[in-house]
Amino acid sequence: MSLRPDLAIIADHVAPGSRVLDVGCGDGALMAALRDRARVDARGIEIDAANVAAAVARGLSVVQGDADVDLAGYPTQAFDYAILSQTLQTTRAPDKVLDELLRIGARAFVSFPNFAHWRVRLSLLWGGRMPVTRTLPIAWYATPNIHHVTIDDFRAFLKEHGIVTEGAWFLAGDRLTSAAAANFRAEHAVFLIRRG
Amino acid sequence: MKHDARFGPRRSVTLPGPLALDGGQTLAPVTIAYETYGALDADRANAILICHALTGDQYVASEHPLTGKPGWWTRMVGEGKPIDPARHFIVCANVLGSCLGSSGPASAAADGAPYAMRFPVITIRDMVRAQMLLMEHLGVPAWAAVVGGSMGGMQVLQWAACYPERVRSAIVIASTARHSAQNIAFHEVGRQAIMADPKWRGGDYYESDDPPSAGLAVARMAAHITYLSEAGLTEKFGRRLQGRESKTFGFDADFQVESYLRHQGISFVDRFDANSYLYITRAMDYFDLAEEHGGRLAEAFRGSKMRFCLVSFDTDWLYPTRESRAVVQALNAAGAAASFVELSSPFGHDAFLLDAPELNRVVDGFLRAGGL
Repeated sequence: MSLRPDLAIIADHVAPGSRVLDVGCGDGALMAALRDRARVDARGIEIDAANVAAAVARGLSVVQGDADVDLAGYPTQAFDYAILSQTLQTTRAPDKVLDELLRIGARAFVSFPNFAHWRVRLSLLWGGRMPVTRTLPIAWYATPNIHHVTIDDFRAFLKEHGIVTEGAWFLAGDRLTSAAAANFRAEHAVFLIRRG
Repeated sequence: MKHDARFGPRRSVTLPGPLALDGGQTLAPVTIAYETYGALDADRANAILICHALTGDQYVASEHPLTGKPGWWTRMVGEGKPIDPARHFIVCANVLGSCLGSSGPASAAADGAPYAMRFPVITIRDMVRAQMLLMEHLGVPAWAAVVGGSMGGMQVLQWAACYPERVRSAIVIASTARHSAQNIAFHEVGRQAIMADPKWRGGDYYESDDPPSAGLAVARMAAHITYLSEAGLTEKFGRRLQGRESKTFGFDADFQVESYLRHQGISFVDRFDANSYLYITRAMDYFDLAEEHGGRLAEAFRGSKMRFCLVSFDTDWLYPTRESRAVVQALNAAGAAASFVELSSPFGHDAFLLDAPELNRVVDGFLRAGGL
């Protein structure tokens, strides 16, 4: 089973044998890959009960919870990595969630769909409509994405908060694209960050 | 394996003890009635202990000797089930203080007469200590898993806190790490109903063959309400009348829900001892795992290498999801490997005993991930 491209990037860059907290782990695909490929001690948080049941049934340690609420219960620096994949834009307080991630984990992987991708821009510019694209497939009234963010927004946020970027990967489809034009060309971004 | 009298259904063992109890007293000897299914494998690594609830018993997957009903957890335990005698060595013991063969208030004291209220007040931890004696008797070095719902879940948590080196994984279903004021309140109603029955006679009713059935039935009726959800009761009974066209303007069981509760009460007294009900509800009320650890629940699990799986049900208002969540937070704070899911069911607290395919899937996956 092949991983979603942003998860594959994360899986390739987590150090073997490390401790990982996957926040918004879905059915545990990334956790299972990390466990099986790199002997990672992975724990997960997931909001959807059916996803949690599926993850537990594949032998993973996943607790049902909400990134906005339940990160507070985790001890400081308990993990080598905290992972937040395709979840940041769905949280009520992304800034607080990022702060918690960097408290719990020595490093954090954060991936999100880029709202400044050219298709999104075109949709707004020419169509005057909220974009419904490959990476943002759900209409405005039903989307869980309540805090849209662009790559440049995220870069600015990191700078303002003194957060260090250790790695950044930008995806157009399942292909990597350059950092320079990423805010225009990338559909997805993956950042590896830590506190400065 | 050659026939070994320690293993099989309907077993009982009397151990010399003495068992030192939380209340400061000791119990000797200690009789434990239990059942085992399946066989202990060569490296003795497939043993699963199942802990039963307040009015449960050791007949987890075999016919109840008094009621003739099938075991109370045949949906979870049996051939092809998540807990399977073909793969696992399964043990279930009647808890200390109960009345299905283990030492309790109905047992004979040293003078030959029933203990009645001379039986020492026990705790959940005392129940687990008794199970530890059984474990040694059976030659099980460590449980691969300890599993329980409701009060059974309290025992599982207590095992994890007391003997983490003797348990590899824990499954705690519809349970809590402490009894709340509301939990204690409902139990107190039940106890007062029993003690208000003139036939209770200060607990000395065993000679009379006329136990405080009315009081015990009321206790069961009150408790039974807490095992169901409001929506479940409404769906099952609504305001429908029982076998009549109109209200009688009397105090018969006009409503179906009244008739149902009365039946629950009456059928309960045939299989349960009123004094045991007092002792076991007391043990549950005294349960507060954090209290034993300086008020910090996480301390109960500090350094634990065990794996934990907790399950709650969304309509359970006896031990609601937040109680499981409090345990999960403590496990996370202690760095223990924890899984938790709240499952959806219309049936309230009792959901764990009913048909719950998702529960079975979770338990099966969790056990298999532990190599079971």
